[in-house]
Amino acid sequence: MARLLPRKDAVIIGLGWTGAIMAQQLTEAGLNVVAIERGPWRDTATDFNIAYVQDELRYAVRKDLFLQPNIEAMTMRNTLSQTAMPMRDYGSFLPGHGVGGAGVHWNGHTWRFWDSDFQIKTHLTQRYGAARLKNLQLQDWGVTWNEIEPSFDQFEYLCGISGKAGNLKGQIQPGGNPFESARGREYPTPPMKMPYAPTLFAEKMKELGYHPFPLPAANLSEAYVNPLGVRMGQCSYCGFCERFACGNYSKASAQTTILPVLMKKPNFEARTDCEVLKVDLTPDGKHAKSVTYIDANGVEYEQPGDMVLICAYALMNVRMMLLSKIGVQYDPVTAAGTVGRNYCYQTSSGARLFFEGKHFNPFIGAGSLGQTIDDFNGDAFDHSKLDFVGGAGISCTVTNGRPIGNRPTVPGTPRWGAKWKQATVDGYQNSMGFGSQGSSYPVRENYLDLDPTYNDRHGRPLLRVTFDFPDNDIAMSHHISDQMEKMTKPFNAKYAAVSRIKKGWDAVPYQSTHNTGGAIMGSDPKTSAVNKYLQSWDVPNVFVIGASAFAHNAGLNPTGTVGALAYWAAEAITTKYIKSPGALVQA
Amino acid sequence: MENTSRGLSRRRLLASVAALPILAGTADGKSLSGTVPWSPFAGEPPKPVNPLGWYFFTPGEVATIEAIVNRFIPGDHLSPSGKDCGCAIYIDRQLAGTFGQASRLYMKGPFMPGLSTQGFQGDLTPAARYRLGLRALADYTNTTYKKDFRALTAEQQDEVLAGLDGGKITLKLKPGFSTKEFFELMLQNTMEGFFADPLYGGNKGMASWKMIGFPGARYDYRDHIDKHNQPYPNGPVSIYGQV
Repeated sequence: MARLLPRKDAVIIGLGWTGAIMAQQLTEAGLNVVAIERGPWRDTATDFNIAYVQDELRYAVRKDLFLQPNIEAMTMRNTLSQTAMPMRDYGSFLPGHGVGGAGVHWNGHTWRFWDSDFQIKTHLTQRYGAARLKNLQLQDWGVTWNEIEPSFDQFEYLCGISGKAGNLKGQIQPGGNPFESARGREYPTPPMKMPYAPTLFAEKMKELGYHPFPLPAANLSEAYVNPLGVRMGQCSYCGFCERFACGNYSKASAQTTILPVLMKKPNFEARTDCEVLKVDLTPDGKHAKSVTYIDANGVEYEQPGDMVLICAYALMNVRMMLLSKIGVQYDPVTAAGTVGRNYCYQTSSGARLFFEGKHFNPFIGAGSLGQTIDDFNGDAFDHSKLDFVGGAGISCTVTNGRPIGNRPTVPGTPRWGAKWKQATVDGYQNSMGFGSQGSSYPVRENYLDLDPTYNDRHGRPLLRVTFDFPDNDIAMSHHISDQMEKMTKPFNAKYAAVSRIKKGWDAVPYQSTHNTGGAIMGSDPKTSAVNKYLQSWDVPNVFVIGASAFAHNAGLNPTGTVGALAYWAAEAITTKYIKSPGALVQA
Repeated sequence: MENTSRGLSRRRLLASVAALPILAGTADGKSLSGTVPWSPFAGEPPKPVNPLGWYFFTPGEVATIEAIVNRFIPGDHLSPSGKDCGCAIYIDRQLAGTFGQASRLYMKGPFMPGLSTQGFQGDLTPAARYRLGLRALADYTNTTYKKDFRALTAEQQDEVLAGLDGGKITLKLKPGFSTKEFFELMLQNTMEGFFADPLYGGNKGMASWKMIGFPGARYDYRDHIDKHNQPYPNGPVSIYGQV
């Protein structure tokens, strides 16, 4: 029997980005909050020590900070007719673990989804007709740009994002992204200094008539004090960013923006190394009364709460709902049910160029250090004569020159031996690349459910991911690769190659930790698991916060929108729900 | 070796000395409230490997793996050989530790053949894969050349490795563990050893970093970010301060 603990106003599952934001906002409103985190406590001075964080083997290859599959794995397959097998090691994506979650080891690309994303079905139908969307399960998010814009602002100012506005209240700004949706004010800090490769990229893109701008970065260009009074340092371009925690207080994370304030509050408590097994519902299944968790000693506890906020990683949010029987499992044959619906990913390709006699110094890098063009992203370009919808951001970023993982050689070079060595030396300083990050649109057969065979260390079924790149997205990405071929020309490189995506999503090589959907927001309880405030339609005292709420994925990194959704939901809870608990939107 | 345990006892101690409002009835006390938790010496710096002796490989295996890393990374004007850089020591220490035991991987059954998109589905740990793979390689060269791998000429060794790489040679392994997978494991681990921080046993003298011009653990390039297309003037530094 689980040991019963005293009641809390709110119980948060997971203390990463969204858990920390929700905890901060709810404790400010006077609530008594506990966050229950599966992984360990982690902080900069102790765990991301500047004396040894720059260890590629430990953090990038052995993935010391990530969720390990022995704690929670997932199974995957490409199609419904296949048998899913466990990802025995994580490869294609790398979920986080511990306090700060994946926000500890992210790159820091901090985008806003566009107004056309939040109303994607309406927008694309108006522009191209309903027939264009017939094989896609695109739907509006239930929230509008004007509603959510202040929440983006809140997240960016929390983090101190370094960037250049492209659209200030409808006025296009030189040097910024002309395709972004109107923002209320400038970024909190100016863009980072640019190294050689992105500078060259921006020059060439301008020559081609495109609109390069500095990628909005959570690696800060200068010291910054955020609205909570937490101080961050200037990025030193160390080249140990993604897969690493920042030892320099320069990358926004829960640790560097919220926890120094949150942890001091008497009405907040974090319980680490405690894994929530399920949310406990009342017998009618309509109200969450508590969560059951197990601590590191194997002792089970029941933590009652008036409200439960599921704030784990997107995929784990969906699994937690399914294990707790919150909502109805989505069925990929009939498209009935909502939990597991509209799982999306990211559709990417890359260009690699080789020169002679250059010094690109790839080790002078940062996670978000780069230049982007959005001329081919979303609906920034006319699709009327094309056979797909969606697009991709195209960026030249210099994240690192860490040599176990990053030592490009001209294609066709042997992978070992004397010739390989010479080519590695030649390639290291003479190579640059740029990449596309494409949208991922929902189709009926891409979804999440519980695996029928494999289970975790507590005997609970693993999450099963059924995914392949939809035809629409393959066509989109091939179009983008065609554009990138043209973009390589003005560089006059000795050698240039552009990759093209293929059917058959492969779980092994790293691609992107941008898993979205499965508990999507919307205005219809038949096609969404949560309402526009991220409140469960089925169990109204449960909120599910994260990229699990994305109704589709755009050609933009998700964290900016995840942070905005967290602030948006927190505001609904503190201004509406607390006063009158119950469904905030009538089904 | 990386550290896997996160020092639970440290957390418990932390909570108890910080005079926190610990939950009634919970003995483990990983409850954090009222302050940002901190304790001295809480970090987990990596431990440099002992360079002497062998922890995993048998003497016969040592000779084979040293020959293999020397063909993957032959010594020349660019760098010393894989063996001289410590790649075999590196692999030995990895196989003797958490990596070799697959202690972080999902190792629950049933084990069944998967699709190529589903990744490795065998039940062997990396350590077991090396043990089986090196034995099968010895069987192959003794059948084909009447010699152990280490006794072959460099050209013959390259021929065998290329055969493993390209699919022309199939070793007698076991279901769920292919010859190609064995080759990829050895190549990946050799490159890890060659390019990782020297504290793990390979990359002796930061040879690979000097070879390509990677400055290692410097951590601050603000003085060079603006110097486009200019060589970086400083040599590498390792985590333990080798220059």
